[in-house]
Amino acid sequence: MKAKASTTERRNLRNGLLFCSPILVGLAAFTLYPMLASLYYSFCNYPMLKPPVWVGLANYRTLVHDPVFYKSLANTAYFAVFATPAGIITAFLLALLLNQKVKGMAVFRTMFFVPSIVPMVAGSVLWLWLLNSDYGLINTILRSAHLPAPGWMSSPDWSKPALILMSVWGVGGWMLIYLAGLQDVPIDLYEAAEIDGASPLQRLRHITIPFMSPHLFFTLIMGFIGAATYFTQAYVMTGGQGGPVDSTRFFSIYLFQNAFQYWKMGYACALAWILFILILVFTLVLFKTSARYVYYGGEK
Amino acid sequence: MAAGSKRTRVRFTTVATYAALVLLGTAFILPFYWMISTSLKPSERIQKFPPDIIPMQPVLSKVDGRSREVYRAKDGTEFALVEKLKGGTVSVKPVGDAKAAARIVSMDSLIPEIRPGFEWSSYSRGLTFIPFADQLRNTLIISVCCVFGTILSCSLVAYGLAKIDWRGRNTLFIIILSTMMLPAQVTMIPVFTIFVKLHWVNTFLPLIVPTFLGTPFFIFLLRQFFLGIPRELSEAARLDGCGEFGIYRRVIIPLSKPALATVALFTFIGAWNEFLGPLIYLLDETKYTLSLGLAMFTGQYGNEYGMLMAVSTVVTIPIIVLFFFTQRTFIQGMTMSGIKQ
Repeated sequence: MKAKASTTERRNLRNGLLFCSPILVGLAAFTLYPMLASLYYSFCNYPMLKPPVWVGLANYRTLVHDPVFYKSLANTAYFAVFATPAGIITAFLLALLLNQKVKGMAVFRTMFFVPSIVPMVAGSVLWLWLLNSDYGLINTILRSAHLPAPGWMSSPDWSKPALILMSVWGVGGWMLIYLAGLQDVPIDLYEAAEIDGASPLQRLRHITIPFMSPHLFFTLIMGFIGAATYFTQAYVMTGGQGGPVDSTRFFSIYLFQNAFQYWKMGYACALAWILFILILVFTLVLFKTSARYVYYGGEK
Repeated sequence: MAAGSKRTRVRFTTVATYAALVLLGTAFILPFYWMISTSLKPSERIQKFPPDIIPMQPVLSKVDGRSREVYRAKDGTEFALVEKLKGGTVSVKPVGDAKAAARIVSMDSLIPEIRPGFEWSSYSRGLTFIPFADQLRNTLIISVCCVFGTILSCSLVAYGLAKIDWRGRNTLFIIILSTMMLPAQVTMIPVFTIFVKLHWVNTFLPLIVPTFLGTPFFIFLLRQFFLGIPRELSEAARLDGCGEFGIYRRVIIPLSKPALATVALFTFIGAWNEFLGPLIYLLDETKYTLSLGLAMFTGQYGNEYGMLMAVSTVVTIPIIVLFFFTQRTFIQGMTMSGIKQ
C-alpha cells in the first residue's frame, strides 16, 4: 500500500514538473538569470559591444551625483502621486454612476470603457493632437469658454498634467473592476442604513467604500507599479526625448536612453535595480499597512 | 406631503445621474470622435479656429472645364477661384456665368464655400507613407503566434498547478505570482543580450518565443478556472485509461473554452499594442509592427495631423471591432483580473 502511494507520488511529481516545464524554463531563462545578470552588470562598465568589466560601486556613485537621475525620479514621483489617485477617483465615480440601475447602462459603460482599449501608441498620437496648444480640441474648448489655454506638451509646467489627464481617460478597466465589486455589496446593509436615517454620503463612506476597499487597494498597487514604470505614452509623445526641458523624462525613459541610446548597459542596470528596490519597498509598505484600511469581509 | 417630497428627490437624483452620465460619456468619447473626424478632413481645414465639428469640404464648381473652389463675396455673389496671385489677391470668375471675364479681388473679401463631406486622402497618403501592408502583416504574424504560444504554454502550466497533486506546486505558484510584480526594466537588458547572442535581433523571435514559456497572469487566470472544474470528471477519464495529457486534452481543454477565449483575446490585444519590445528588437521599417510604425511616423511628421489620425484610426478600429464582437468575454476577463484570490 505504502509503496503504491509513493509510486503515485513520484508519478505526480514527474507529471507536474513536465506540465510546468515551460514556466520552469521561462523563469530560469527570462527571470532568474536576467535578474542575477542585471545585478552583476550594475557593478560593471558594460558598453554592450565589449564584455562587461567589474568597476565595483562606480555606477551607483555616478548615480548619486547625477542630476538627471533625480529629475527623472521626481518626474516619476509626481506622476505616480497625481495620476494614480486621479484614476482611482474617476473610475470609482464612473462605477458609482453606472451602478445606479439606469436605463442604457450598457451604452454608457461602453462609452467609458472604449478609450481604455485604444492602442497605447494610437492613443498617445491622438492626445498629442488634442493637446496641441494652437489648434487642439482641448484648447479650442478652453478658449471658447474664455479660460486660459496652457501649452500642455510644449510647456515644462503643463506636460505632466497633460499626461495625467490622458491617463484618466483610460481608466475604463478599473471602472469595470469596481462595477463588478459594487454588485457584491450586500443590499440589506443599505436598506438597514436607510431605515436608520443614514444619508447617501454616510452610506458611501461607511458601507460602499469599506466593502470596495480590496478592489481599491488592488488598483492602487497596479496603478502605482504602472506609474513607476510609465514609458510608452511619454516616449511616443516626446519622440523619445522626455521633453520639454526634461519635464517628461520619467525614470523608465532615462533608463531606456542609457541602455539603448547611450549604450551604458551597466549604468542602466543600476538604475533598473534602484527602480526595483523602490517598487518593492513601496509595495511592501502598502501591503503591511493594508490591514488598517482594507476590509476583507468576514474572511480575514 | 412627505411621500411627495421623497418622490421629487428620487426624480431629481435620476435626472442628475443621467446628466452626469451624458456629460462624462461625451467627454470620454469625444477624443475618439475627434480622431475619426480629423482623419476625414482636407489638410488645409484641420489646423484652424474655430474647427469644423463635422468634416467639411470646399464646394467646387466647373469653370472653363476645370473644378475650382467656390468663394462667396460679402454681397453674397459666388465666385470660382481661378488663380492665386501675389499680394493676397486672387483672380476669380462669377459662378454660373461662363462668359464673364475674370476679375482680381482681395482674398480677404472672400469666404470659402463649404459643405459636409469626407476627404479620404489622409488615408491614402498616410497608408502609403509607411509600409503599411508589411507592418500589418508583421503585427498579425506576431499577434497570432503569441496567442498560440500563450494558450499552449499557460494551459499546460495551469493544468500542472491545478490538477496534478505534487510537492512544490504551491511554492511554484507563489513564485509565478510574485514575478508579476517584477518590472520588465530589471530583466530587459540581460534578456536583450541573450537575444543578441542568438542573433535574433531584427527578427520576430524575441517577441514570440517567450510566450511559449508562459505568462504569469494568464497562468493565474487559467489555474483559477481549472480549479473550478469538478475532480470527478478527471477521475472518470482516468478510470477510462486516460493519462494526464489525455485528461488535459479531452476533458479540461474542451471545458475551458470561455477562459481560453479570454486569454486569447487579451494576448492578441496585448501583442497588437506592444511597444517596448518591438522598439528594442525591430530595426527595419519593413519589420516594424503597426504601433512602432505609427510612433516612428509621429516622430518624423508630428504636424501632419490628418495622416496621423488616419493611421491611428486604422490601428485602433480592429481592436474596437474585436471588442464589440467579444464584449461578454472581454468584460468577464476584465472583472476576473480584479478578483482577489
